Amino acid sequence: MRIILVATTALISSTIGAYAEGELNLFNWGNYTSPEMIEKFTAETGISVTITDYDSNTTALTKVEAGGSGFDLVVPSANYIPVYVRKGLIAELDHSKIPNISNIAPEWKDVPWDQGRTHSVPWQWGSVGIAVNTTVYGGDVNTSELFMDPPEELVGKINVVPEMTDVINMAIFNQGGEACTEDLTLLKKVRDKMMAAKPKWLSMDYGTTDKLSSGDYAASVNWNGSTMRARINNPDIVYGYPKEGYPLFMDSVALLSDAKNVDEAYQFINFILEPENAAMISSFARYANGVAGSDAFMPEDMKTAPEIVAPAELAAAGQFIPTCPQSATDLYTAIWTELLK
Amino acid sequence: MSRPETGRKAPRSKGVDGWLLSAPALILLIVAASGPLLIVAIYSVLEKGDYSGVRWILSGEGWFRVLFERDIFDQTISLADANLSIFWRSIKLSIATTIITFGFGLPTAWFIATRPARSRAFWLFLITVPFWTNLLIRTFAIMEVIRNQGILNTFLTHFGLISEPIQILYTDTAVLIGMTYVYLPLMVLPLYAAIDRFDFRLIEAGYDLYASRWQVLRGVILPIIKPGIVAGSILVFIPSLGAYVTPRVLGGGKNMMIGNFIELQFGQGQNWPLGAALSTLLLLVVLVSLIVYTRVSSKDNTNG
Amino acid sequence: MGKTRAFDVTTLPGFTFIAILAFVLLYAPIVTLVIYSFNGGNSVNQWGGFSLEWYAVAAQNEAVQDATARSLIIAVWASVISTALATMAALGTTRRGKFTGQTVIYVIINQPLMVPEIVTAVALLIFFSSVKVATGYSGLGYLILAHSAFCIPFAYLPIKARLEGMDTTMETAAADLYATPLQTFRYVTLPLLLPGVIAGAMLAFIISLDNVIITEFVKSAGQDTLPTYMLGQLRRALTPEVNAISTALLALTILILTLFVFVTKKRG
Repeated sequence: MRIILVATTALISSTIGAYAEGELNLFNWGNYTSPEMIEKFTAETGISVTITDYDSNTTALTKVEAGGSGFDLVVPSANYIPVYVRKGLIAELDHSKIPNISNIAPEWKDVPWDQGRTHSVPWQWGSVGIAVNTTVYGGDVNTSELFMDPPEELVGKINVVPEMTDVINMAIFNQGGEACTEDLTLLKKVRDKMMAAKPKWLSMDYGTTDKLSSGDYAASVNWNGSTMRARINNPDIVYGYPKEGYPLFMDSVALLSDAKNVDEAYQFINFILEPENAAMISSFARYANGVAGSDAFMPEDMKTAPEIVAPAELAAAGQFIPTCPQSATDLYTAIWTELLK
Repeated sequence: MSRPETGRKAPRSKGVDGWLLSAPALILLIVAASGPLLIVAIYSVLEKGDYSGVRWILSGEGWFRVLFERDIFDQTISLADANLSIFWRSIKLSIATTIITFGFGLPTAWFIATRPARSRAFWLFLITVPFWTNLLIRTFAIMEVIRNQGILNTFLTHFGLISEPIQILYTDTAVLIGMTYVYLPLMVLPLYAAIDRFDFRLIEAGYDLYASRWQVLRGVILPIIKPGIVAGSILVFIPSLGAYVTPRVLGGGKNMMIGNFIELQFGQGQNWPLGAALSTLLLLVVLVSLIVYTRVSSKDNTNG
Repeated sequence: MGKTRAFDVTTLPGFTFIAILAFVLLYAPIVTLVIYSFNGGNSVNQWGGFSLEWYAVAAQNEAVQDATARSLIIAVWASVISTALATMAALGTTRRGKFTGQTVIYVIINQPLMVPEIVTAVALLIFFSSVKVATGYSGLGYLILAHSAFCIPFAYLPIKARLEGMDTTMETAAADLYATPLQTFRYVTLPLLLPGVIAGAMLAFIISLDNVIITEFVKSAGQDTLPTYMLGQLRRALTPEVNAISTALLALTILILTLFVFVTKKRG
C-alpha cells in the first residue's frame, strides 16, 4: 500500500521536480549507518533521511566532484578531508548551529587533518587488520605477511579489500616504510611484492562481513568492526593486528558546499554528537566513535572485544594516515591501478 | 487520395514525412545515447585532472596509455601488458562464451523448432523468460550455485565426489559460466528464427543422396541457418565484450574485463581520459566486428 | 513431408539431450533462488524451513519500498515516452517505400542495441554531470531520459513488425471516404496497430525495470532503483532479502511476458 502511495506522490513530484520538506541526503560507506539511529532521528525531527552507499574514498570523491550529486553530507576518511577542503567541495561548519560540538572527545578535537574541527565531526574510527578463520590457518595472525606473502594454507583463499589508502599503507609498513613515503626504492619493493602476492589472493572485493562468516573467505585484509560482526556470526574468526604496522582510520561527517538541505544537515550533525546516538552508530557497525560519554551507552560486548581493544604490545603499531602530498598520492594511485588490473 | 498513393507520386514527401515522424525519437536518442558518445571521444584526447575529471588541454596521453605504460619508478616506456591482457581476456572469454552458447544453443533452438506447433509456443516462452529476467538476478542465482557453500559444492561433497569445495567463484571459469548462462537465450532466439524457416525436405533430400547425419548437419543445415548463427554470435559476442555486472559479481574484483577496467578509470584509477580512450576503442572494436559480421553474412546470402 | 525413413529426419543425435540439459541448467539456478527466497533463518544458503519472513522484511524495508517506487515511476515514464516516439518513428519508416536516409534512421534507432552498455553509461555520466552542474537540477529526469532512449529500439521492433504485417486497404478505404489523415490514424490505423504498441510498451517497461549499469552511473543522491539497490547489497551482507526481491521481480516479469504473449497472439 505504501509503495503505491510513495509511487503516486513521487510521480507527481517528479513531474514538477519539487523537493519535499525535511529531507536529508547522506552519502556514506555501505553497511555503516545504524538504521535504528536514523529511525530515531526521523522520529525526533521529522526529517526523512536517504542514504546512498559508496565503497571507497575515491568513488565518493569522484561522484561529489562530478557535481550535481544532490548529496548533503559525506563521510570521508581523515586523509581525504583536506582534499575536499582544498577543492572547495565541503563547507566550513558554523559551530553555533552545533551545540553538541563540545561533546567531541578531547583527543579528536584538534586532529591534524582538520584543526579545530572546522569542516568535519567524528563518525567512527577503527583499525585495518587481517581477519583469519582459525580452522583454516592456525599460525600467527598478527602480521601483514599473511597477505603480502600468503602462507600455504591461505593461498587462493585470502581476500584484500579494495581500499587504496588502507592496503598501500599496510604494505608500506610491511616493508619498513613510513606513511606518505616517496622513497622510490621502497615503493618499488612494495609494488613488486604485492604484484607477486596478487595471484595468491582469491579476490579484491567488499562484502567481507558476510563472506568471512560464511566461509567463502578464509582470511581477508579487513576493518576491525566488520571483523567483529563476522566473529559474532562465526566464532572461528580472529582479528590480527600486524606487528609491522597497521593503519588507523577515522571517518568524519562533512557538509557539502552544494548541499540543498543545510539546516537538516546541521540537525543531523548535532544529533550524532549526542553520546547516546553515537553509541547507536557504534553498536551497529562495531567501530568506536569519537564522542565523549558514549561509553555509558555502548553494548557490553564492545568494551572487551578483541577487535576493538588492541593488545598492549601491538597497540603502538597502529598509526593514523596523514594526508599525503599530491606527488605521493599519484604514485600510490599508479601502483594501485597496476595492482587492480 | 490516400497517403500511400500520393506518396508514390511524390517520393520526396514520404522521405520528409519519414524524417519528421522519426525526428522526436532521433532527437531523444541523440541527446541521451549517441551524442554523449562523441563527448567520450573528445575526453579521450584531453589531459587528466587531479583526482578526477579532465583539464581542457589537448593531450595524447589517454590514447598513449592504452597501449603503453610508463614505469612508475624509472619512467621507462613499455607495452602495456596489463591493459593488453585485460583486452585479451575479454576477447578470449567472449569468444569462448559465443562458442559454448552456440554448442548449447543450436540443439536447443533445433529442439524448439521441431516441436509440434502447439507446444512450440510453450518452449519458446521458457527460453524467453530468462532473457527478460533481470541480468543481476540471474548472476546472483549463478553465484549461489557455485560459491563454496553453494548447491554445486554441497551436492558434490555430499555424494563424496570431492572432499572439499572446489573454488569456482572469483575465477575466470566463474565469469565464463556466468556469461554463458546469462547470454544463452540471445543465441537461441535468432537460431530458432532461422531454423523455423528451414525446409525440412532439404534434409530428406540430403539423406536420399546418402549423406550421413554429420554431412547433413554440415553440408545442408548449417549453411542455410548461417544468418541465424551470425545474428546469434553478434548478439552474444557484443554484450560479452562489454560485460560489467557478471565479471564484477563473479570475478571478485580481480579478474577484470574491459567494462570493469573502464569503470576503474572513472573511479579509483582517476584517469578519465584513459577511461574515455578505452571506451572509444571498445566501441571501435564492436563496430568493426559488426561490419565484418554483416559483410560475411550478406555475402553468404547472395550466394545462396 | 512424408516420413518414410526408419528415423525422424528432424531429430539429430544428441540434440534433444543437450536441449533438455540446457533448459535444466537455465532454470535450476532460478528455481533455487525462488526456493531459497522462502527460506527461514538468516543464512543465504542453509535451509531453515519454509517461511515468508524475508518477503515481510523486504516489504517493510523503506529503502526497498522507495527503490521499488522509483523503479516503477521510471519504467512507466520510460515506456510511455519511448513507445510514443517509437510508434511515430515506426509509422515514419514503414510502409512508405525506401527514402533517402532511411538507413541512418535505422542505425540511430538501433544504436542502443549495438553499443556496449558500459560505454553509454560512461558517456551519460560525463554528459549529465555537467548538465547537472549547469542547471542545478538533479532529479529523476535524467534517469527517465536515459531509460526512454535505450528503450526505443525495444518498443520500435514489435510496432514495426505489426505495421509491416498490416495491409493498407483499410486506410485507403478510410481516405477514400474523405477521412482526414488524423481521423484515419485515430480510427483505423491505431486500433489495428494497438497490439503492437502494447507489446512495445511492455518490452520497454521490462527493459527499463531491469536496467542496472546505466542507472548505476547516472543516478544522483538517493536515486537507487531496485536493481542498483540489489547491486549495492553485494558490498554489504547478502541476505535472503535479495532473493525475495528477485523472486518478486521475476514474478512481475513473467506476468508481463504472459500478457505480452496474449496480446501479440490475438491477431486482427
